[in-house]
Amino acid sequence: MNAYEWMQTGFLFLMLLALVKPLGGFMAKVFQGERTFLSPLLAPCERLIYRVSGVEPEDEMGWQRYAGAMLLFNLTLFLALFVMLLTQHLLPLNPQQLPGFSWQLALNTAISFTTNTNWQAYSGEMAASYFTQMVGLTVHNFVSAATGIAVAIAVIRGFVRRKTSLLGNFWVDLTRCTLYILLPIAMIAALVLVSQGVIQNFSSYRTVPLVQSLSYDKLKLDASGNPLKDASGKPVTESATAREVTIPMGPVASQEAIKELGTNGGGFFNANSAHPFEHPTPHTTFIENLLILLIPGALTHTFGVMAGNSRQGWTLLGVMLFILIITFGVLQWAESSGNPMVSRLGVQSSNMEGKEVRFGLAGSNLFTVATTGTSCGAVNTMHDSLTPLGGMMPLSLILLGEIIFGGVGSGLYTMLAFAIIAVFVSGLMIGRTPEYLGKKIEVQEMWLSIVTIIVAGVMVLMLSGIAMITPQAVAAMANPGAHGLSEVFYALASMANNNGSAFAGLNANINFYNLLGSLAMTLGRYVPAIAVLAMAGSLAGKKYVPPSLGTLPTDKVPFALWLTLVILIVGALTFFPVLAMGPIAEHLTMLGGI
Amino acid sequence: MSKHTQQPQSVFDAALLQGALVDCFRKLDPRTLWRNPVMLCVEIASVITLITFVMSLAGANSEPAWFTGTVSLWLWLTVVFSTFAEALAEGRGKARAASLRKSRTDVTARRLDKPEFGSIYTLIGASQLRMGDYILVEASEMIAGDGDVVAGAALVNEAAVTGESAPVVRESGGDRSAVTGGTSVISSAIIVRITANPGETFLDRMIGLIEGAKRRKTPNEVALEVLLIALTLVFLLVCVNISPLSSYSVTVSGQGEPVSLTVLVALFVCLAPTTIAALLPAIGIAGMDRLFQKNVIALSGRAIEAAGDVNVLLLDKTGTITHGNREAVAFVPVGGHSEQELAEAALMASITDETPEGRSVVVLAKQKYQLSREMPPDAVTVEFSAETRLSGVDAGGQQYRKGAADSTIAFVQKLGCMVVPGDLTGVVDRIARGGATPLVVCRDCEILGVINLKDIVKAGIQERFLQLRSMGIKTVMITGDNPLTAAAIAAEAQVDDFLAQAKPEEKLRLIRDYQEQGFMVAMTGDGTNDAPALAQADVAVAMNTGTQPAREAANIIDLDSNPTKLLDIVEVGKQILMPRGNLTTFSISNDVA
Repeated sequence: MNAYEWMQTGFLFLMLLALVKPLGGFMAKVFQGERTFLSPLLAPCERLIYRVSGVEPEDEMGWQRYAGAMLLFNLTLFLALFVMLLTQHLLPLNPQQLPGFSWQLALNTAISFTTNTNWQAYSGEMAASYFTQMVGLTVHNFVSAATGIAVAIAVIRGFVRRKTSLLGNFWVDLTRCTLYILLPIAMIAALVLVSQGVIQNFSSYRTVPLVQSLSYDKLKLDASGNPLKDASGKPVTESATAREVTIPMGPVASQEAIKELGTNGGGFFNANSAHPFEHPTPHTTFIENLLILLIPGALTHTFGVMAGNSRQGWTLLGVMLFILIITFGVLQWAESSGNPMVSRLGVQSSNMEGKEVRFGLAGSNLFTVATTGTSCGAVNTMHDSLTPLGGMMPLSLILLGEIIFGGVGSGLYTMLAFAIIAVFVSGLMIGRTPEYLGKKIEVQEMWLSIVTIIVAGVMVLMLSGIAMITPQAVAAMANPGAHGLSEVFYALASMANNNGSAFAGLNANINFYNLLGSLAMTLGRYVPAIAVLAMAGSLAGKKYVPPSLGTLPTDKVPFALWLTLVILIVGALTFFPVLAMGPIAEHLTMLGGI
Repeated sequence: MSKHTQQPQSVFDAALLQGALVDCFRKLDPRTLWRNPVMLCVEIASVITLITFVMSLAGANSEPAWFTGTVSLWLWLTVVFSTFAEALAEGRGKARAASLRKSRTDVTARRLDKPEFGSIYTLIGASQLRMGDYILVEASEMIAGDGDVVAGAALVNEAAVTGESAPVVRESGGDRSAVTGGTSVISSAIIVRITANPGETFLDRMIGLIEGAKRRKTPNEVALEVLLIALTLVFLLVCVNISPLSSYSVTVSGQGEPVSLTVLVALFVCLAPTTIAALLPAIGIAGMDRLFQKNVIALSGRAIEAAGDVNVLLLDKTGTITHGNREAVAFVPVGGHSEQELAEAALMASITDETPEGRSVVVLAKQKYQLSREMPPDAVTVEFSAETRLSGVDAGGQQYRKGAADSTIAFVQKLGCMVVPGDLTGVVDRIARGGATPLVVCRDCEILGVINLKDIVKAGIQERFLQLRSMGIKTVMITGDNPLTAAAIAAEAQVDDFLAQAKPEEKLRLIRDYQEQGFMVAMTGDGTNDAPALAQADVAVAMNTGTQPAREAANIIDLDSNPTKLLDIVEVGKQILMPRGNLTTFSISNDVA
């Protein structure tokens, strides 16, 4: 790494660490209903919302009601978006007159945005109108993020509260999260992005002449649109010249800000954050990267503050940072080593295929680990073009269960489930009573934590097996072999873990991926959410056991190391065989030069 | 009632082993095995490999028969070993209930026609006794059934039920009239009205309670099981997943061959946490060995493991928290008598008393009041009797007596003194409230004062409890004393809670309550009345001097009969937990490898 890259990396993490405490503390205040500096402005809005929607803010809910409200809210959102996508051609703000989505694609997309996955089996500029992007997708970016945070807050309350069944009011948490946290930050971020050149307009797409006209071989099509083939079966081509290009426009900045902040990741354009209108300069790399990590990182501090011991939060953040930095290191090493097959040709270079030169190696790699460690899934790099071991890093970060910062809220609650398992196993190993934050870990908590952490993994394993024996899924693979396996695996892992980024190289808009993917996204989102809420309900009902000599301290370095180990072991045990047949096999093939 | 000669059952009893050997194959039935999902998976894997083995033999499979055969054999051994261990444990449980039933001995009773001494009686078996019958029980006879004493008073040895060797007085009227079947009369004769039909007696109730009491898995064990099931499920999927992936890779690359079923099954069994399931008993045996060095016999390895998870200790007051015997700590004079005068009289009244309490009075009188009276030559010992409930000495023409307040007052009133010192009641009450026993001393018809007999809390026990508390273990004192006395001793010993006037049902309920709250309960006991609670407790330590039912119900037996050992056992249990953790670690790192 050169000095610029060190600076890029160091500045990002220092800035993040500097912001965790103020933002985390602020969020704790917001969710505990305390007065903040935004209260004079927003408290009246908040009250108005409650009055209009008939929410009784003091009416706290048990876990079942909380989960019920969460599901009801998400179901409504899903239906609204589903209908909107199907009927897009009838709705306003559609200068390109884009048609409605097919029902399978609409289903997949609606579920994808409701579950904070933002898997996109369509390309934004080709399929979605401005209305869909703004009223549909951007709104979902806000509320799906707020849903995740609300659940995480309810889970924290479960740890903190004693002998009660109440976890707070879902509608209040949702409102406060959106009003006090997401909207203000997204608003500022959107303005900053516009200042960097991110566009924000309602214009129809522009057609501009190319500076240099482009000649290429074009497939000749018959009357029914199929490629013509000559006698030997090769497609017939004809020479064509392109002299102009269509440039898509749109209200990008407003969606871009929340896309990163809410770890959503659904790009306005198909190229996502690699597109210059989404992500024009190295400064936006820093800003967008920071936005991705900001809330998941700060939530650990919110957790610490609400638990009355901020070290508990720093411990979790430490674990997240540790794994993130390690994976970044490996990725950076793999990418700067490049491909030996290319080197053998006499070209000494790091692997810049699929990367944007304006972000550089470190800028691309940082974004890659941040977007996969969190469940964001925005990409500024073609993940498919990473070296095999490099590509294994984002894949591994997703497979670990989206806990290395993780999705907003979901990262924290899944991490807490891991912490519970770590506490339990270490309790067995050293003869300590399994307690976390003064709450006894019992059978129910074990069940629910395990469900929380293995749902996604189980689905990835099952679906990848099914994919390999489904002819349609095999046919959709553009790169057969080990790399193709990695692509399928990445796609399924991305959906099941609600990440949403893709390795590409795979035609995902087929029924197999649209439908099974929808199932994976739904289960991957709501099963853990309900499980952790149930766990919170169970924990809240317990009494507080003051720490004794027999209690394992969970706010110290040894526990952080232990937790890291548990996370890595669970991940390795589950996915090693698959990783071996995908990226590792590909890496060995690459070294062997076969 | 059998005497305490039978040794605790050996872990490897031949008959038990045989029964287990048969049972372990019966337990291979998947319908039984599904409660242990990990093993069920292994069994299914065994069946699959057996099929591939048969296929190899028939030549329908490309793999060599020795390979599939060996894999299959090992898998079957794994399953059978685990079911065998379980069958053995169950066999022990059944043996326990059977032995309890045996302890219902059928004694012969003398049924009286009328509830009077000297009435005509008929000899009948205890099982023919019905509620309302009157029976006569004389010295050194066993009481045939539960009932109330309606005439006479006797010293009754209730060791068979309570495990306490000191005999107690049972007499007609008042609250000391109840007697229990299976206890024996030591002196005097009593007439007992039977209050329970056969099948409803104390012993039957105990058997019922024991059968109802079920020792459960420790919460940590259950939680560990959850983890293991989850791991098994994941590994199962991993192995299932390898198959299509490998066939795909083979198809695409056109070389190698897909991973075979036998290899997948073997891989799954290696990965799955069968190690823990199979090796946990071994840890138990190591723990049993360690406890044996402390003169403690553990009847199952699980008991020791559970000891490590214990967080509530139920401790018998007597012997564990206090020295078994009460000691005189003060002389409190009444009615204007001096302390010295009282001390002298108390010394005289106890000079021939060989009970620990009596000796402690002598010691106190000699040490604190420098009295050195030799026994007068004309001293005549008056033994404690069930009728008077006083003991003392007649010497120099004077009668020195000591006893409970009401008996002493009765004694002096019989001698003709109607006046009782006015401050006596106050002093007696004050001492009783302090958790001690007041013994009133009189010389002839003059009441001199009160001896304060105190339960002496063992030295250093408070520190020990403090240490336990810091380990997160709660201590509960169990005593037959009244709540007042119990509270005073509990406060002095600094236990966290106490249960006074404990009855078998209450102990059992207390344990169940704690268990429902997720606590692991350990207790010690020695009497048959402790047996139900012992059978329910997660860690049950019986004294070797205890009754047979108690020892059968327990899962740990202390050969030294030292109740304090429970604390040691818990400590050993904590040490044992570590290998369990190490094994988990081993299993996981095994998988990683």
